[in-house]
Amino acid sequence: MSPQDTQDTRGPEGPTGVSDGAKTKSLGYGRPSGTSPVWLTVTKWVLIALTVGVLAIVAQKTIEQGAWIGVVIAAFVAMCVVVVYGTRRAVPLKYLLPGLILLVTLQIWPIAYTVATSFTNYGDGHLFSKQVSIEQVIANSVREVPNAPRYKLSVAVKEKSDPATAEIFYLLTDPAGKTYLGDKVGLSDLPAADVEKAPNGRITKAAGFQILTAIQVNARKDLSTFAVPTKGGGGIKSVGLSEAFEGKAIVSYDKATDTLTDSTTGKKYVAVNARWEPADGQGGAFPQGWKENVGFKNFQNVLTNETLRAGFLKIFAWNFVFAVVSVGSTFVLGMLLALLLNNARLRGKGLYRSLLILPYALPGFVTALVWSSMFNQDYGLINKMLHLNVDWLGDPWAAKAAILITNLWLGFPYMFIVCTGALQSIPGDVLEAAKIDGASALRTVRSIIMPLLLVAVGPLLIASFAYNFNNFGLIFLLTGGGPFEAADTSIGSSDLLITYAYRLAFSGVSPNYGLAATVSIFIFAFVALMSYQGFRRTKALEDVN
Amino acid sequence: MSGISDARPLAIPRAVEKIEPPRPSSPRGMWWRHGLAMLALVWSLFPIVFIISAAINPSGTLNTAELLPKNMSMINFDVLFSDTSRPYLTWYKNSMIIAGFGSLASVFIGACAAYAFSRMRFAGRRPGLLALLMLQMFPALLAFVALYITFAGVGDVFPAFGLSTSPGLILAYLGGAMGANVWLLKGYFDTVPRELDEAAKVDGASHARIFFTMTLRLVMPILVTVFMLAFVGLFSEFMLASIFLRDVDSQTLGVGLWSMTKGNERNRLFGQFCAGAVLASLPVVLLYLGFQKQLVGGLTQGSVK
Repeated sequence: MSPQDTQDTRGPEGPTGVSDGAKTKSLGYGRPSGTSPVWLTVTKWVLIALTVGVLAIVAQKTIEQGAWIGVVIAAFVAMCVVVVYGTRRAVPLKYLLPGLILLVTLQIWPIAYTVATSFTNYGDGHLFSKQVSIEQVIANSVREVPNAPRYKLSVAVKEKSDPATAEIFYLLTDPAGKTYLGDKVGLSDLPAADVEKAPNGRITKAAGFQILTAIQVNARKDLSTFAVPTKGGGGIKSVGLSEAFEGKAIVSYDKATDTLTDSTTGKKYVAVNARWEPADGQGGAFPQGWKENVGFKNFQNVLTNETLRAGFLKIFAWNFVFAVVSVGSTFVLGMLLALLLNNARLRGKGLYRSLLILPYALPGFVTALVWSSMFNQDYGLINKMLHLNVDWLGDPWAAKAAILITNLWLGFPYMFIVCTGALQSIPGDVLEAAKIDGASALRTVRSIIMPLLLVAVGPLLIASFAYNFNNFGLIFLLTGGGPFEAADTSIGSSDLLITYAYRLAFSGVSPNYGLAATVSIFIFAFVALMSYQGFRRTKALEDVN
Repeated sequence: MSGISDARPLAIPRAVEKIEPPRPSSPRGMWWRHGLAMLALVWSLFPIVFIISAAINPSGTLNTAELLPKNMSMINFDVLFSDTSRPYLTWYKNSMIIAGFGSLASVFIGACAAYAFSRMRFAGRRPGLLALLMLQMFPALLAFVALYITFAGVGDVFPAFGLSTSPGLILAYLGGAMGANVWLLKGYFDTVPRELDEAAKVDGASHARIFFTMTLRLVMPILVTVFMLAFVGLFSEFMLASIFLRDVDSQTLGVGLWSMTKGNERNRLFGQFCAGAVLASLPVVLLYLGFQKQLVGGLTQGSVK
């Protein structure tokens, strides 16, 4: 960085009086260069100290949680802040640092993490480390010791969280009336002041928790494998809906041979494919597996597994068609309307334009949700007005049509706006020259307006393609990716890759983060390829012009 | 092309204009344009009319909703505000906070970066700008699995920034803040004459003083544009919000309204939903109508909603 590169390495000359005084009136005449008012310097250092202080608290907290990576990040950021803002060097960095930190931690890191996740089996049954899976299997294998006391049980989740998916807590009352809180890590005391109990001792209310109803408890399939680990290798399991017992584990772990042994049957389980499989191959594995690297298996699966590959290709093809048709249809309609209204003698253009923009001004989620209601087969407006009985959201082809119609409505104003802007920037004399040369209106549009228009909006069409390729909100809110075929419920007929990946990760009964990340990587690769080609082509277009 | 048009005598266009003077009062030759424009209006407005009429239709279900209602009442709005299991006003507040603070921070970060890229010369400037352009091809959205897992972990240590919190979601949005608008902003910063900076520098102003007291004021129009584009974008964002905001009280309008249309609720709550949809659309529609010029200018320069 050479001296003149930065703005703070000023010469010693100070005010010269020859500069343009009118323009710089408010810019602090007469102070020697390089000094700032005292209050600014003080403020600056207070801010730096505050930032470092906050980061120190962050580091403190992460140490308590044992998250060492957080400590490293906090220390590094604090160092950067002091070096960049505490010294007079690195002026550009003073402006770039906040954005840079956010960019690295929240855009580049997630991309890298996505890549890393795509090489793992992270997902349902493979959420934790191997150590945790051993503890879970052992805790889950507890059998009731005869005549052991039973706890009164209430199943709860954190207040205001989703009863169907949130982490489970056991609120327990022992025969002496003492209350406990149990989670997947262990048992802790629950102060009696925070709870309300029924006469039989069962907790009916607890501060910060929401107690599930019997129906909600029954809906939680994961309860059958849930146990609160206790000291001494045992665990607390539920019996029915309102009681739990503490028992002894029948499974034990042998570190030397890396096997789990069932003491009642003598069966041994070995680690295979990140699960505990029976050594003799008879019977099923324990449901609790662990997270491990699987190399290219996810990619291999997408490319070679028959059902997965067929579904993936189907989604990919529709995804591509959807993006192309969306851009094409919105562009054609938008351009035609722009041409229609781009006439000096037409009155009320301003009003037309304001009203035509309205569909674009509505938030996207409102549009998608309202159209999805309008496409309802029995009650929807579309069928009622057109006297049709099309099952818009239940038939694979009709659903695709519904999506394209909605996206046309949603997107044509944007194309209308950009085409109007581009049309107005076409010089009038070019059009007049065409007129004088005797070109018909159609000919003028084809040979003069279209080429100029395409050069102007070309990059925007590519951007629109890239946007629509991942238009999650529209598909998810309109059809949810459906309708689904009975044979394979994981692949919807109007799914985009991104809605497919989303469902793999969040909506299914068994989330598969690894596979979802793999699908994301495919989207990354495809979008990058398209954008690269597209931008190269527009550059060529510009050069031609 | 420009050379030829510059050389053209000016008399010809003038003459053409005189032959065809603007006749604003004459509808001749315009009726078909009006006709087609009306048709376009019907196409673009009927869903909007439908939402509004469903919102004021007192019967309040999907099967009774019509394009033009027979009765009018505000009962759907009353129900909407008094429904305790669906805290609409809290959703509204969350949406405004997330979109407001998110776009403010995003504009500030973008303006800082644009200032550095526009006014300073440093090693890595060009590659940095190009890298930011490339990164835009990889929206953080696609890394949603990683973001979810990361913020679940962050929430264990700092509950205030975890999932189901507004600050957490704002942070997640800010990852792309620098890249999203830096090109648009830098283009505008470049149009502010460097001589102004030089003069201020000669007078002894520091770079920070120039930036905060001079440049930021001169580029205010583009800051307003970018703020509104960012606001509209964040207000309408659905995917990350639906992944992050699990608790009812932390949700935004998009996620909340979506939950009102799930399953059988769709028919039963339709009037209430439409009332909510109308109110949810108001801020963005008003922004569009009020600042049409700025937004259209921003859009044509390469920002897609």
